Amino acid sequence: MTALAPAPLRGDLTDVVGGPAGRDSSPAPAPEPAARRRRRSRVSPTLLLSSAVLLLVVAWAVAPALFAPSSAYAQVAGALQSPSLAHPFGTDSVGRDQLARVIFGARESLLGAAIAVSVGLVVGVLLGAVAASVGGVADAIVMRVVDVLLAIPGLLLALTVVVLLGTGTANAALAVGVGSIAGFARLTRSEVVQVRRTEYVEAAYGSGGTFLSVLFGHILPNSLRPVLALLALQFGGAILALSTLGFLGYGVTPPDPEWGMIIAQGRNLLGAAWWVTAFPGFVLLIVVLATNRLSQAIGARR
Amino acid sequence: MSAVLDVRDLAVAYETRRGRVVAVDGIDIRIEPGEAVALVGETGSGKTTAALASIGLLPRGAVRLRGSVRLGAQDITGWSPRRLERILGRDVGLVPQDPAASLDPLKTVGWQIGEVLRIHGERDRGRIAREVQGLLERVGLADTARIAHSYPHELSGGQRQRVLIAGAIALRPGLIVADESTSALDVTVQRTVLDLLDDLRRADRSGLLFVTHDLAVAAERADRIIVLEGGIVQDAGDVRAVLGGAGGHRAAPYTQRLIANAPALQPARFREAPPTSGEPPAIEVAGLAKVFTGHRGRPDVPALEGVSFAVPRGTTHAIVGESGSGKSTVARIALGFETASAGSVRVAGTDVSGPDGSGLRGADLRRFRRRVQLVYQSPYASLNPSLSILDTVAEPLRRFGGLSRRQARREAGELLERVALAATLHDRRPRELSGGQRQRVAIARALAPRPEVLVLDEPVSALDVTVQAQILTLLDDLQREFGLTYLFISHDLAVVRQISDTVTVLAHGRVEETGTTRDVFERPQSAYTVALLDAIPVPSLPPAPVPAIIGDHA
Repeated sequence: MTALAPAPLRGDLTDVVGGPAGRDSSPAPAPEPAARRRRRSRVSPTLLLSSAVLLLVVAWAVAPALFAPSSAYAQVAGALQSPSLAHPFGTDSVGRDQLARVIFGARESLLGAAIAVSVGLVVGVLLGAVAASVGGVADAIVMRVVDVLLAIPGLLLALTVVVLLGTGTANAALAVGVGSIAGFARLTRSEVVQVRRTEYVEAAYGSGGTFLSVLFGHILPNSLRPVLALLALQFGGAILALSTLGFLGYGVTPPDPEWGMIIAQGRNLLGAAWWVTAFPGFVLLIVVLATNRLSQAIGARR
Repeated sequence: MSAVLDVRDLAVAYETRRGRVVAVDGIDIRIEPGEAVALVGETGSGKTTAALASIGLLPRGAVRLRGSVRLGAQDITGWSPRRLERILGRDVGLVPQDPAASLDPLKTVGWQIGEVLRIHGERDRGRIAREVQGLLERVGLADTARIAHSYPHELSGGQRQRVLIAGAIALRPGLIVADESTSALDVTVQRTVLDLLDDLRRADRSGLLFVTHDLAVAAERADRIIVLEGGIVQDAGDVRAVLGGAGGHRAAPYTQRLIANAPALQPARFREAPPTSGEPPAIEVAGLAKVFTGHRGRPDVPALEGVSFAVPRGTTHAIVGESGSGKSTVARIALGFETASAGSVRVAGTDVSGPDGSGLRGADLRRFRRRVQLVYQSPYASLNPSLSILDTVAEPLRRFGGLSRRQARREAGELLERVALAATLHDRRPRELSGGQRQRVAIARALAPRPEVLVLDEPVSALDVTVQAQILTLLDDLQREFGLTYLFISHDLAVVRQISDTVTVLAHGRVEETGTTRDVFERPQSAYTVALLDAIPVPSLPPAPVPAIIGDHA
């Protein structure tokens, strides 16, 4: 799970004696003052675009009325009108503006995803950190539970939780969040185990640190970057999972807009009115791709 | 006969985001058959880049700005990597620095040596096998049949380095390039490997270009020497001239500084024996033993047996030994990071085995750690990368001294100033500092709780000589200022000779010898100590203007 640098596998005698092995040598890092100013690498265009997409969608969720051409519930035109200047995403089977439905739907999806990843993050990091730093029997028990969680298909787990708790945004979010605990716990544990063995952690104990002060002051801050990358990735995954639940009818109650449900409503009309399914689906796709790109960027900044 | 390598005015630059950085600016290297030339410099001096570029290899991102390279009879200037493949291994052999990283862990070493032969056209398996055995024999390995079928992890560091040398000389190249090939090895092993390279060079009359940061090794082994600093040649010429001033040569100021800072090149100068006071010693170790219990059916590993020594307050005691001698284990027991299996260890008036013999715990341990601090070998690994250096030094002040955040930071600032780190550096993260600066931070952190004893685990072995000299001076000053007692763990006898009052020589977990530094160095009692002392490179510098390798020219 972690990117433990493996011993170089290629690098046999051929490289050594002969071929121009890619040797990086001395002058590469300039540890002296020049490196002070964090080197501003050129931001990649895809990262810029992804950030812009996510910002826009968050803005939709915070203040949908500013962006939407009309209310999400109002009947503004005839049913199933194809995309036009007045209604760029077309209208649905009861004549509501699709763009407005998608924009208002962002709130449900993003809020739900935020709740879901928060549950996963908090519980998962706590479990992983405790397992790694206490070790022994506690570690074994926690990680076996996590193994069991990982063995259950995510959707099945989510559906089970929703059936137990009932439908609704919060419950669906909780259900998705429970499914992501295992991933966070695993990653946090492996990172903490690695950082725990470093000399600076031992040195922190030597500097008078107690178990908790070292855990929070030294171990966690140095273990969390990959966890943050996973967070961004899981956020996209949660949006998708929530849409799946919505699609299956376990999410919000109609007529509230939600991306998965909007897509589901268009499913029977695909032949006649492709836009009802296609546009929300496209937005969903773009948003999830953007979170993946962001996750990659966080993970790469090691 | 013509030179095996003739490099003229070679300049290499790296393409970086901030433009071109010149790494090597106009170097000339000429190596005659049978001659050894040393390329000496500190980290970032461009010595490795220069060595690789002079056999046509450019590291990633590097470009040749100007200059020409002749290898034997061929002009290889500007050859493509593909074209170079034909001559690499055949006309020039490269012995890299790190034998662990340069061998494929999934292939037997015999296969890897044979690879060189296969690449250059040999197909007959039987002949390859015989050839490999012969090569292993040539590099001084016994039981060649077994070694050829071993995997790299089954061999010791010295054996692996010999395997790499075997690969480099397989096709009897006219030139061998050794890039810090012995720096990672124990001193006694380093000596035998250097001897081997010398012998092979003499026997085959091949040229040797070796890159090293160790001036003493260069002085002992090379005919000619090139001193690089910042990519610029500071000094070049006969070793006796450059390092010893023979023939009226005046060394460049940079070279003089290097010589002054290399402990092995300085005349032995011992500290005066410490005055014996009535005080109890700061560290008292008696009959110490440590056994690491084997897990899952593996046998127990005895690490230490019957180790005893005492360190008077305010003095420096060195523990010397090669890797695996148990010297670090002694340090870790003295610090309470490890518990002893038998024997007693008293440090700063505290029995580290604790009241019930199972080690110090809780509040006792913290009280103890306040008085005994550690400086690690690697300042890269021992500092938290996400904390500013001011906060790193402030931490022990807050934890031990109970100071407020503001007070702790103010005192930390004073400590950093004491180790000569300016206030402008306070907010930096460790990665934004040089190795020497980082080690100063680690020292300041260790000083913060006002300890009585400082354990220094190879504190300068990761640093360049000039930085090493500065850190040793700093440690010396601090000892006098604060009356500190040092336990100095080291494999470098030249450094130990310079800074310690008393010394214990450890081998395989047992004390070979213990006494004042002067006694041990001038009248060693055990054969092992003699071997260790012999491994300190002894440059045969002036007065000896004997022409270098006349005998071999016959």
